[in-house]
Amino acid sequence: MSFITYLINGISLGSVYSIIALGYTMVYGIAKMLNFAHGDVIMIGGYIIFTIMSTMGLNPILAVVISIILCTLLGITIEGIAYKPLRRAPSLAVLITAIGVSYLLQNIALLIFGAEAKSFTSVIPIKPISLVGGRITISGETLVTIPLCILIMTGLTIFIKKSKTGRGMIAVSEDKDAAILMGINVNKTIAITFAIGSALAAIASALMFSTYTNLSSTSGAMPGIKAFVAAVFGGIGSIPGAMIGGILLGVIEILSRAYISTQLGDAIVFLILIIVLLVKPTGILGKKIQEKV
Amino acid sequence: MEMLSVKNIGISFGGLQAVDSFSITINKGELYGLIGPNGAGKTTVFNLLTGVYKPDMGQIFLEGENITGLSTIEINKAGIARTFQNIRLFKNMSVLDNVKCGLHNNYKYSSASGILRLPSYFKTERIMNEQAYEILKVFDLDKEAKLLSSNLPYGKQRKLEIARALATNPKLLLLDEPAAGMNPSETEELMDTIRLVREKYDVTILLIEHDMKLVAGICEKIFVLNFGVKLANGLPQDVLNDPEVIKAYLGE
Amino acid sequence: MKAQLVKMKSQVQKLNRSTRSNVITIGVIVIAYTICMSMIKAGNMSNLLQNLLVAMCYYAIMAVSLNLTVGILGQLSLGHAGFMCIGAFTGAFFSKIMVGTIDNVLIRFTLAILIGAAMAGLFGVLIGIVVLRLRGDYLAIVTLAFGEIIKNVLNVLYIGYDSRGIHFSVNDTASLNLEEGGMVIIKGAQGISGTPRNSTFTIGVILLILTYLVIVNLINSRSGRAIMAIRDNHIAAESIGIDITKYKILAFSISAALAGVAGVLYSHNIATVQSTKFGYNTSILILVFVVLGGMGNLRGSIIAAILLTVLPEYLRFMRDYRMLIYAIVLIVMMIFNWAPACVNWRKKHSLKGFIDNKIRKKAKEEA
Repeated sequence: MSFITYLINGISLGSVYSIIALGYTMVYGIAKMLNFAHGDVIMIGGYIIFTIMSTMGLNPILAVVISIILCTLLGITIEGIAYKPLRRAPSLAVLITAIGVSYLLQNIALLIFGAEAKSFTSVIPIKPISLVGGRITISGETLVTIPLCILIMTGLTIFIKKSKTGRGMIAVSEDKDAAILMGINVNKTIAITFAIGSALAAIASALMFSTYTNLSSTSGAMPGIKAFVAAVFGGIGSIPGAMIGGILLGVIEILSRAYISTQLGDAIVFLILIIVLLVKPTGILGKKIQEKV
Repeated sequence: MEMLSVKNIGISFGGLQAVDSFSITINKGELYGLIGPNGAGKTTVFNLLTGVYKPDMGQIFLEGENITGLSTIEINKAGIARTFQNIRLFKNMSVLDNVKCGLHNNYKYSSASGILRLPSYFKTERIMNEQAYEILKVFDLDKEAKLLSSNLPYGKQRKLEIARALATNPKLLLLDEPAAGMNPSETEELMDTIRLVREKYDVTILLIEHDMKLVAGICEKIFVLNFGVKLANGLPQDVLNDPEVIKAYLGE
Repeated sequence: MKAQLVKMKSQVQKLNRSTRSNVITIGVIVIAYTICMSMIKAGNMSNLLQNLLVAMCYYAIMAVSLNLTVGILGQLSLGHAGFMCIGAFTGAFFSKIMVGTIDNVLIRFTLAILIGAAMAGLFGVLIGIVVLRLRGDYLAIVTLAFGEIIKNVLNVLYIGYDSRGIHFSVNDTASLNLEEGGMVIIKGAQGISGTPRNSTFTIGVILLILTYLVIVNLINSRSGRAIMAIRDNHIAAESIGIDITKYKILAFSISAALAGVAGVLYSHNIATVQSTKFGYNTSILILVFVVLGGMGNLRGSIIAAILLTVLPEYLRFMRDYRMLIYAIVLIVMMIFNWAPACVNWRKKHSLKGFIDNKIRKKAKEEA
């Protein structure tokens, strides 16, 4: 029975990865850049919720809403200041800038909140439920995370397929220059993409820190990198790919921690990334891109 | 003697037949022109010949040897070198080093003797320098040898690309729009250089051009491609007077 | 004396430009070294700085070697510290086993450096074969993954040594089943301690000069040109018959081997070597040196590594803000180098632009 508990926990963690991976995958698909700082927006989101709840004592839901708004603004600001001027720069330069932004966010948090880890209070007031006579327990966080992930995924797919902005995003991701000629505001489209990605990061932070309550300036980095692994796993640029990749990764991580080695969990996750990239360099649902000669 | 013999090669990209049953025979020493309207598939033919794309069907023979499906590197070693429509120089390297890169497989010494500066390094480098300067002289680039290649004017960048390709000592040279963006006098000069190169280095040349007059002035034979299929093939005067060719270029 | 100097000068002028610049670089390193040594002798150097001398050397070696991958080969690696880790552990392991067998410190330490470099280079080849097929962002993330795997595996690895040979375990010391008198060398998360402290400033400087020479000579050779051709345009490089995979792996593994050298220097300079020191953060730190010194600019890497190792120790306020400042430096450097507005501004205000404008104005006036 413990296997089923692990599996459920894995799906729950995987759902969080999926939500983070969505942000990665959308930004990569549309702005063609690897936003290394995405994971650190999660950390900032965590601190915002923590501060609001502990100092102002506001309602958790309200705290999450404020965190979503602030993170969205943060995402737009980062894009506007650091990434927008580099739209035509080589990808190496953009990637290094993103690493710089990641470090900047981490160190700002470190200076404000100190090196000591904070203990995050769950924002989900639902009690865990027991099944099969108490042999399987599902936490309240899991009960919220999994349906919420499905909801976000469906909503986002509909938004991109049906709305004008969403179709603009597809156009920009296919061909930036052609999109400009078709009258699409590329800068605005990219800014919206960052806004959505950062809002999702804020939601993910609320869910993640409710389960894994240790909050420090580097707590966003690893989940961020793993979410990127998930995005690559599923095929970067693909929304269902991010979902599949995220959940697979979460399950693999929890199961390998439980059955192989606690300390080598991360190493196993990375090993799987490498194997996937070697067997199918574009991921499970990725499209093949050929360079024009 | 046949230098290149292409038999019915073709490739399609997601349902679009970019090149269909393309066949051509080029004899040793010939200067062949490949022309056609925009999007006719000329560069795709070059990409097929140099192994950038693998053909879905057909076969390619270089001096009777089957080179179908070989990698770009192996095809270059077999004796085909090319230039690119959009210039692809090594921008952060000097003009001289660009040509010395072309000499890469002709003059060898190990990485270790390079790092340890063994005698073979000095000996081979000296020969490579001499060779590179000789080629640069043909293209009137020897005075700019130490310049960064990206600082050359446009026309000279095109020439340097030909020089680099020539340095690999090819049997067959593929030139993709060598005169693009050049003014009439530069073009004239380039055509003279191409003729000179053919004599001096004993290479067979296949070139893509848009300007029909120019092609007629230099090529001994012309192949016209339209929508991936052959429209005409033969001597310049015959091809250029072909009503089908005129129709493809000027419309109805 | 004067005649000799004139003769030397004319000899230096005869050398070609790249050789001359190498002679100057090495000369500056040697002069800096002499100044440091005489300061130590005269007792003018603070303990703080003396403790940093070897660190400067290994960070400079790391920066120069990473520059080979990032600046010369043009591939972003985020796992360079992983190779340093392999070098550090291999070298320390060798020295600890051999401490009783090889008495001559110089021979033992030289062997340790060679073995550390060879092991790191071997991993460079293996990892290179696997990852160098990928491009750009994918390569960056996979090198990061490899760096983390190396760190994590060494963090749980126990290795012991007794008369029956070497024993491995990923659990604990007890499961090594050592005989009486056996020695545990690598203790999982506690790493290796008690490595002979053989690293000196002199050895560090010699290794730095050797590293610099290896890379500079490589760049100015047939293989180096092939590597830079791949960086500038891999499609054109293939079209002239350059074996892309071969030269990518060559550059990557040389870079890894030299990082291994830095690792050996590190592990013989410090009481305890732990794998957690070689994480992603260290790789980024080295990348900051490379970016700040200028990609492809080896001298810049050395200067940046030395300055950024020394400065934070001296400027106390910098200690707290050190990483913050690095982050801002990275962002500003990239924007300054690549943003269209900055590129135009630089063109307008650079010396060359100023002179060009003067010439143009003069030509106009004359007309």
